[in-house]
Amino acid sequence: MTDNTFNTVRKTFNVCLPDPSIEQSWTLKAYQENGGYQALERVLREQTPHTDIINTLKTSNLRGRGGAGFPPGIKWSFMPRAAEGQKYVVCNSDEGEPGTCKDRDILRLNPHALIEGMAIGGYVMGASKGYNYIRGEFWEPYERMEAAMKEAYEAGLLGENLFDSGFDFDLYTHLGAGAYICGEETALLESLEGKKGQPRFKPPFPAAFGLYGKPTTINNTESFASVPAILRADGNWMDGEWFKALGVENAGGVKVFSVSGHVERPGNYEIKMGTPFSELLEMAGGVWKGRKLKAVIPGGSSVPVMPADAVMQANMDYDSLRDHGSAVGAGSVIIMDETTDMVKVLERLSYFYHEESCGQCTPCREGTGWLYRILHRINTGKGVSKDLDTLLDVANRIEGRTICALGDAAAWPVQSFLKHYRHEFEAKIVDASGNTSDQSKNKMTADAA
Amino acid sequence: MLSDTSLREIQHELSKYPADRRQSALMAALRIAQDEHGWLSEPLIEYVAGVIRVPPVRAYEVASFYSMYELKPVGRNKICVCTNISCMLRGSDEVVEHLNKRLGIGLGETTADGKVTLKEVECLAACAGAPMMQVNRDYFENLTPQSIDEILDSLS
Ligand SMILES: Cc1cc2nc3c(=O)[nH]c(=O)nc-3n(C[C@H](O)[C@H](O)[C@H](O)COP(=O)(O)O)c2cc1C
Ligand code: SF4
Ligand code: FES
Repeated sequence: MTDNTFNTVRKTFNVCLPDPSIEQSWTLKAYQENGGYQALERVLREQTPHTDIINTLKTSNLRGRGGAGFPPGIKWSFMPRAAEGQKYVVCNSDEGEPGTCKDRDILRLNPHALIEGMAIGGYVMGASKGYNYIRGEFWEPYERMEAAMKEAYEAGLLGENLFDSGFDFDLYTHLGAGAYICGEETALLESLEGKKGQPRFKPPFPAAFGLYGKPTTINNTESFASVPAILRADGNWMDGEWFKALGVENAGGVKVFSVSGHVERPGNYEIKMGTPFSELLEMAGGVWKGRKLKAVIPGGSSVPVMPADAVMQANMDYDSLRDHGSAVGAGSVIIMDETTDMVKVLERLSYFYHEESCGQCTPCREGTGWLYRILHRINTGKGVSKDLDTLLDVANRIEGRTICALGDAAAWPVQSFLKHYRHEFEAKIVDASGNTSDQSKNKMTADAA
Repeated sequence: MLSDTSLREIQHELSKYPADRRQSALMAALRIAQDEHGWLSEPLIEYVAGVIRVPPVRAYEVASFYSMYELKPVGRNKICVCTNISCMLRGSDEVVEHLNKRLGIGLGETTADGKVTLKEVECLAACAGAPMMQVNRDYFENLTPQSIDEILDSLS
């Protein structure tokens, strides 16, 4: 058996996304032929102490892949393992951050890695039940996941008394029904309970009061799917250093980056943390049509935009992107060429946040509406000069004043687009206001004629 | 109001959750009901609430919160075009325009023969295959005018 972790031709890794040469990689057979379920079996047969697994994850420097980058090893240690009563592990497959398309591929191509990661999580945290929350539009990924779970049950990899260890683990899928906000972990729990997906106040955190009020740990699809390979450690069982050494200080291992927009070869690239952005761009075939790079949103629509010269000096890891003015987020790299109209892009993003605000907090509900209406006005040539200050004012009033981070996510793009591309906004406004009186006169005479 | 098959499916969904947490199956039950009837009328929502044993107001709340539930009749086929950033950068405006022309309807409208409802949607997490759209349950990526025509011709 091999541990196929690196494809020398594509220069991509296969921790979460299987090597493309593997036929029907989503089947149990293919997964097991490539080392799958070895980690779960060994952990259960040897009754590996849960603290050892947590320590391996901590050493590995794996950081949460859902956007915030919180280390799963630490999150898992917060669960009151010994507490009486039901506990839950929940996977977040609600993938909806614009630019992000990695979890869909993990579900379609490698569902067993997710199942194995969740089962190991259940063992570590003393949770005998897990739910995978899959966004409602993901019908094909949902069917793949269901089929994989059926295989796993039949093979004794899910269910009761796994490997005679006395550990039971049942896994269920829960389909969403269209709401970006359900990706926020407490909104997701509300939705799992069959309610509107509105985020809860924190604290209490899910580890104390989660699904049905029980201790619960929520991780992203990619986070769970990374766990089996980290424990296998390419043959050095439980050596967290293996994964850690693939990455950089503060960010271990490899991660899937979804590259979209103006490149020749959009796609998911699983590469080392800390890879220079310029290398990733090259892997994706460079900017399309021989054009020049203008800007990049490196982590999904919620992180600040970076001008070309800043991003070309940055590496794909938490510290470097932060130092250059942005963030890893969900690893969703949106490439924009020199022809891109930044006003139009920001207008579209602000429409998204306005649409998806759950409406609970006044600053977010009202503020996102304001942002969109002002940006729409500017983009359609009806902006007035004080609009830019109003935009920043509204964005600043949302930031940090809401129950969940959607409010911040709506504010950050506005601040960063105006910081770097203010002249483009001014150009659209000057055009309009510079000629306001004349234009309206013309229009009125034209209407009257 | 629901077939035996649908009711069996709902029972299966209920079995995923603790016996005293039946409301967790509400979302699935509404989806199953919508799959059978095409959309969720008020009586249908109330019926589903009865099956799940929650007050009708809970079911209305959920049905109106999530965008995939249809509270008005829709066409036999639903086309959902993503116009979010990655798709926009790769030509979703042209996709929408082409669909408008071919179908003779705008976003949010249904063809007169009831064959197609056209919707604009937010990112469907297929950004590396932009521009893309979802037709009923299936994703279609890297759309071109030709591929859109073929997809439209295949609809019944
Ligand atoms: C508005 C909003 C949307 C989110 N959407 C997602 C999502 O689609 N998928 C995801 O894994 N995390 C999403 N998150 C982050 C989750 O709240 C949570 O932090 C994450 O699932 C934890 O997983 P991790 O620790 O493995 O990263 C979102 C957060 C916010 C505020
Ligand atoms: S910040 Fe926005 S999305 Fe988040 S809870 Fe408040 S209103 Fe809802
Ligand atoms: S932006 Fe269209 S699928 Fe993500």
